[in-house]
Amino acid sequence: MSTAAPAHSMNPAASARGLAVRCRNVVKNYGTGQSVVRALRGIDLDVYEGELLMLVGPSGCGKTTLISVIAGVLDRDEGECSVFGRDYAQMTSAQRTRFRGETIGFVFQSYNLIPTLTIAENVSVPLLLNGLNRHEALRRANDMLAKVGLGERVKDTPLRLSGGQQQRVAIARALVHEPRLIVCDEPTSALDHETGHRVVELLKSVAMSGNRSLVIVTHDNRIFDFADRIAHMDDGQVDKIVGSAKELYGPNMQPGSPA
Amino acid sequence: MIRYALKMLMGDRARYLGILVGVAFASLLITQQGAVFVGLMERTYSFVSDTPAPDLWVVDPDLEHHADSKPMLKQELYRVRGVEGVAWAVPMFKSFTKLRLPDGRRRGCIVVGVDDETLIGAPASISGGSAADLRLADAVLVDEADVGGKLGLTAHVAEALGGRAKLAVGDVLELNDHRAVVAGTFKIQPSFFWDPVIYTTFTRAVSYSPSERKELSFILVKATPGTDLGVLAERIRGATGLKAYTEQGFKRLTAMYILEKTGILINFGIAVALGFIVGVVVAGQTFYNFTMENLRYFGALKALGTSNRQLVRMVLAQAGVVGLLGYGLGVGAAALFGALLGGTALAFSLPWQLLAICGGAIIVICLIAAALSMRRVLVLEPGIVFRG
Repeated sequence: MSTAAPAHSMNPAASARGLAVRCRNVVKNYGTGQSVVRALRGIDLDVYEGELLMLVGPSGCGKTTLISVIAGVLDRDEGECSVFGRDYAQMTSAQRTRFRGETIGFVFQSYNLIPTLTIAENVSVPLLLNGLNRHEALRRANDMLAKVGLGERVKDTPLRLSGGQQQRVAIARALVHEPRLIVCDEPTSALDHETGHRVVELLKSVAMSGNRSLVIVTHDNRIFDFADRIAHMDDGQVDKIVGSAKELYGPNMQPGSPA
Repeated sequence: MIRYALKMLMGDRARYLGILVGVAFASLLITQQGAVFVGLMERTYSFVSDTPAPDLWVVDPDLEHHADSKPMLKQELYRVRGVEGVAWAVPMFKSFTKLRLPDGRRRGCIVVGVDDETLIGAPASISGGSAADLRLADAVLVDEADVGGKLGLTAHVAEALGGRAKLAVGDVLELNDHRAVVAGTFKIQPSFFWDPVIYTTFTRAVSYSPSERKELSFILVKATPGTDLGVLAERIRGATGLKAYTEQGFKRLTAMYILEKTGILINFGIAVALGFIVGVVVAGQTFYNFTMENLRYFGALKALGTSNRQLVRMVLAQAGVVGLLGYGLGVGAAALFGALLGGTALAFSLPWQLLAICGGAIIVICLIAAALSMRRVLVLEPGIVFRG
């Protein structure tokens, strides 16, 4: 079982704030019988309000499973997981869906922008789901797109944009309804170094402005410097939580080397 | 979200058109084949439709359809006239007989005799001459559609008549060896039955036919104002032992007989069922493929907080819009088909009931297509969005 974040590795400002995510002894298995895969083996993890936490580790270590449980899109088998004090296990499916729509913003590895909608329409989706009328939702979506530097492209469809621009649209969609927690799955994996760097910079500057919490799953050690804390996972467990990449990999770590 | 759901669908042009074509083709096939079927069925009772005025048709109780020959004694007419609620009752004769044309050719025909005094029962639309011309000696009326066809003249006679190939007013026919003179023509609806129809007076029609003891085919009855036709029909049955049908009832009797005895229903039913199956398979499969292609976006929408109810509404809206458009296109094409071939022998009728039935079938097709897709969307785990 992994342990909760040691005090020395917490961002002092963050630790003074409340908890955004609290996971205790979270277990998740896939399959049954002899073919069971133990994806999470008793995870303890806290994410604080206003904190950017990166989840890192080798492929298959359980990062994506953990972020899915935190985001409420996957049921855990054992343990507790609450987000802003609300435990998914205590919610009905409809309540959980509503909670996700109001509280959590998503940035996906493959963007998942609907290709037949304009980018403004894509960004307006979370607002519509939260009950705004279309006109107001589009107005706010346009404002958000302007913040991520795509104010001139609001009527374009996603396929007319580059990968970096599409990821900026995805970030705008994740932020437009002002969620308190944003979960990002490999947001830079499909981008070159410079673009990836700019995307995370943007994510941090825009997303963190409202005391939001960010959990980013990544392999990309070139963006580790943006993290307040880095949780390293291996074999379904959080084995280390540190304040910087250098603490994790030592002073000789080079950007671009495997994380 | 409904608008976005429709944009999702319509933005995928190939699949959108595929679904639309599937639904439209089903709608076309169901409507077109249905309209031909209804048109043919209407022709089975066109004789009843073309006979104006009566509220009730009184017939022998064993009569199976209007072309059936089960004549009644003439005294029955007087008994019917004596029933309370009958304003008037007139006789009608209908029989198959032999016809000889001016060129000497022979063929069979249906001779219909209407009341000598009132001429009630004569066709409403008389194009050459008038119903009153039936009072002329040996006068008969012939169907305008037959004068150049079934009753048309052969080439050598036409040449002798100065190139006239059509039967005309004044031409002399022989009906069962009795002289008959064409006094005019009438227009009636095309009939399911093939023999030409000739109208004359009741007495003359009886004389044109082989002698029989019973010579009353139908009694046409008008009810007194305010009389309930159902009650009057029952009263006639009680008083005379005969059966009385309203116009609709008599049409239904004939149509049901044809349906049961000819197999027409199963033949057209197969074509209509084929249209339905094509619709389900093409629209269902294409719609399902569309959903599968978009599964990751539905997953993303679920993760973002779209409820199952909203997703169901989105899928239903997508299916509903293609259903509505496909229905309109199919019905429009079927109506165009009917309009373009309106002047031909095509039997085509598009009553609102058929449109409603086709609409119902399209709704079922769309619901099946939507249900296949919805099942996938509803069981979809939003976690799919994190799996690359």
